Amino acid sequence: MSKDRWLLPEGIEESLPDESAWLEKYRRELVDMFSTWGYELVMPPLIEYLDSLLIGPSDDLDLQTFKLTDQLTGRMMGVRADMTSQVARIDAHMLKREAPTRFCYLGTVLHTRPSGRDLTRSPLQVGAELYGHSGLDSDVEVICLMLEALSMVGIDDVLLDLGHVGIFTNLVNKAGLNEWQQKQLQALLQQKAQPEYEKFLATCALSDDRNKVFLSLMDLSGDTGVIAEAKQLLKDSDPEVIEYIDYVAKLSSRVVMCYPNIQLHYDFAALSGYRYQNGAVFAAYVSGQGGEIARGGRYDMIGKVFGRSRPATGFSVDLKALAKISPKTNAAVFGIYAPNDDDSALQDKIKQLRAQGERVICALSNQQGNEKDVGCNRVLVKQEQQWVVKDV
Amino acid sequence: MYRRKISAIGRKDSTRASLTNVNRINSLARTRFHFMSAQANKDITTIAVSKGRIFDECSELLKKIGITVAQKDLDGRKLVLPTNKSNVRLLIIRATDVPTYVQYGAAELGVVGKDTLMEFTGDGIYEPLDLGIAKCRLMVAGVEGKTAESRRMRVATKYLQSTRRYFASKGQQVELIKLYGSMELAPLLGLADCIVDLVATGSTLKANGLVATEHIADISSRLIVNKAAMKIKSATLKPLIEEFRLAVEKP
Repeated sequence: MSKDRWLLPEGIEESLPDESAWLEKYRRELVDMFSTWGYELVMPPLIEYLDSLLIGPSDDLDLQTFKLTDQLTGRMMGVRADMTSQVARIDAHMLKREAPTRFCYLGTVLHTRPSGRDLTRSPLQVGAELYGHSGLDSDVEVICLMLEALSMVGIDDVLLDLGHVGIFTNLVNKAGLNEWQQKQLQALLQQKAQPEYEKFLATCALSDDRNKVFLSLMDLSGDTGVIAEAKQLLKDSDPEVIEYIDYVAKLSSRVVMCYPNIQLHYDFAALSGYRYQNGAVFAAYVSGQGGEIARGGRYDMIGKVFGRSRPATGFSVDLKALAKISPKTNAAVFGIYAPNDDDSALQDKIKQLRAQGERVICALSNQQGNEKDVGCNRVLVKQEQQWVVKDV
Repeated sequence: MYRRKISAIGRKDSTRASLTNVNRINSLARTRFHFMSAQANKDITTIAVSKGRIFDECSELLKKIGITVAQKDLDGRKLVLPTNKSNVRLLIIRATDVPTYVQYGAAELGVVGKDTLMEFTGDGIYEPLDLGIAKCRLMVAGVEGKTAESRRMRVATKYLQSTRRYFASKGQQVELIKLYGSMELAPLLGLADCIVDLVATGSTLKANGLVATEHIADISSRLIVNKAAMKIKSATLKPLIEEFRLAVEKP
């Protein structure tokens, strides 16, 4: 039998007891915490029709999605690569509430290509989305919830990166650039590939003023000082653009009120994510990690493809990636070893201990190994007709 | 104690080889120690540079911004080079590894040819500055006066991604043959109809009876930056990048 029979596919991993215990503990705690903020848990399906999975102008998401044909209908189905669109579908079609709706979700997603520091293809995506409110309050709430979630797993020293996709969108629309040009510029901005960006702008036949604005857009990143710089530089642009900058400034000051020690960074050329975002966007970074550890943003009106558009904002993280960088470890759980004995008093005692939350492991006849081998540090022994717990 | 042991070995001529080995191990141990102690220090900036022409031309640029490497470090086999600035160190690695080191944040900055970046499929790096060094061109070259016999042209190259993209953008179907070096041989021996390779002066092509036929891209080295570092360490990195920019512009 070939030796590689037991190997898992590239980027697909399993969690052994220690990691599983960590993941399960924080999965529960996170969902409980989300619930205290009013975020209801939903469980979208693993697989659904491709049309509803792929929303917005996102080629990345299309490439990342595993596809297969539904034998019943002949339609294309996709294994979810991101749960946001599924939750948006649930909000638009299944619930149809008018009031703001808060959802959280947690599940494995599948990617065609390995990504992130761990080169995984099966992240455990946890996220929260808020539908039905457009404006600062919902963005602040979602960012704070993200920071709270990170803090819960022990990641406190976070840098919050803020930006607004509307700035770029407004500038390219006002400049009358076509879709292809927009995509090219967007890609170059993402890479901050200044030489290529300059060269490409030169082919776009923009007025000198517009060209200058686009050129400086790439450099509009840094600490709080960059807000004033951005406003000065974009002062002759559409008033909407200034509004977006002010929006980001207000957003950050509101977040700072809740998290006074948070480190802030602004990037007005940031267009991260799966490109369906169209408002304020944000990401969390920690020192020592090459990339972001959590991200999110506003994606208003995405529900339009589902027949009902609602403003929306949300964030998501890969819980498995967090498990690798979190300083929090699980305290080891030790059990109580019960002898192989059909005494009914023993069975009652075991039931009683288990009801108290103790782990009780029953010995099996002729089994190998002793109590230590099965992770127990105590044993049940009979003393004066009573079953009592004794340390080993 | 350790020192005495080495000199004891050194006294015998026949053990000269082992002396160099001991030295090498010592230097490796020192390198590793240096690497680890520096890693613990968050304020240090690591610049990944590839060996050879890029390193030589990059050293000149670094000198302009006041960063130098001691000759004794250059002569050794060290892979992590300290500089005269205690908070800057250089990582000497293969060109194709530079983007990877920077992507994962093992180095905050990197100096790498655009040819390598065009082949790199990962993300998470910024490439804000053209350093204007190690200039050359990525070109298609073939045997002079000879046209492709097969309907589907065979192209030998080390640059698969760039070549695929280039011919696809022309709407031309080609077959790619991956080679790691001495590509000039491929058309001469009938392995391929043409090659895609970097051309600096064209003398290698000429010596092998080849001519450059199509220009794909101008190549020069870029300064690349890890995305997260650019945000977290922007206070240190932004001024450093600016210094690089000024050094490039300065004749």
